[in-house]
Amino acid sequence: MSRLTLKTEGNTHIVVTRRFAAPPEAVYRAHTDAKLIQKWLLGPEGWTMPVCINDARPGGKFRYEWVNRDGSGFHVTGEYLELEPYGRIVHVERMHLPDPTPDNHVETRFDTDGTGTLMTLRMTLPDAQTRATMLATRMASGMEASYVRLEGMI
Amino acid sequence: MQATMNLDAAFSALADPTRRAILARLAKGETTVMELAKPFEITQPAISQHLKVLEDAGLVARRVDGTKRPRRLAEAGIEAMDQWLAILRKALDKNYDRLDKVLASTEQPKIKRGEKR
Repeated sequence: MSRLTLKTEGNTHIVVTRRFAAPPEAVYRAHTDAKLIQKWLLGPEGWTMPVCINDARPGGKFRYEWVNRDGSGFHVTGEYLELEPYGRIVHVERMHLPDPTPDNHVETRFDTDGTGTLMTLRMTLPDAQTRATMLATRMASGMEASYVRLEGMI
Repeated sequence: MQATMNLDAAFSALADPTRRAILARLAKGETTVMELAKPFEITQPAISQHLKVLEDAGLVARRVDGTKRPRRLAEAGIEAMDQWLAILRKALDKNYDRLDKVLASTEQPKIKRGEKR
């Protein structure tokens, strides 16, 4: 049973929802505290985030750098536009591969859901082509990890 | 890595609303290019061009039926894309499962000693 939903909306949006057992305040902190981000925003198995610079205030910048076991890597940079503790974060980000991808505008909401939190992540890409390319790119990096995990399971 | 390249092509192909509409039509069953062109306010050569993009991406297949070349959805292509979406979902799942653990450990101090979790 997956508590995650992932869907495309219109031509330029991707919407992800996920429920957490912790209250919005805790989930919000895990999204804005660099030490906490470094523990979970790692993507596929085998990747680490040696650099996590995160200035969580309106206008503040962030930079996340990931490296794989084989030493290859990439980074994401972005800026915070709005922060409403503990309910909402709006930021823009781009991947550097190493050329920067078009800006991904992301609104993250943390709504109280019983004793937990319903998180809604709404990404807005500049156009349908960019969204398609981004989905394909993220999937490409995700696939490798899935294969590695499958090998471990079989 | 042929599958990866096809997938890029598949998502690029899907970026166009006319091509998505063509796929939606083909999802209802095999049909000819002339039939496909009818609901769209564009020429048959333009539809053929869209179909070529979809075929190159492995999403649409054709067969020969006399002088006709009816098109249908290529099951393999559609299934491949479904699988890749599932894989992206898995990658996100991985992140958020880790976040669950982070949240559980930061909540820990609030639990009184001796209290059951």
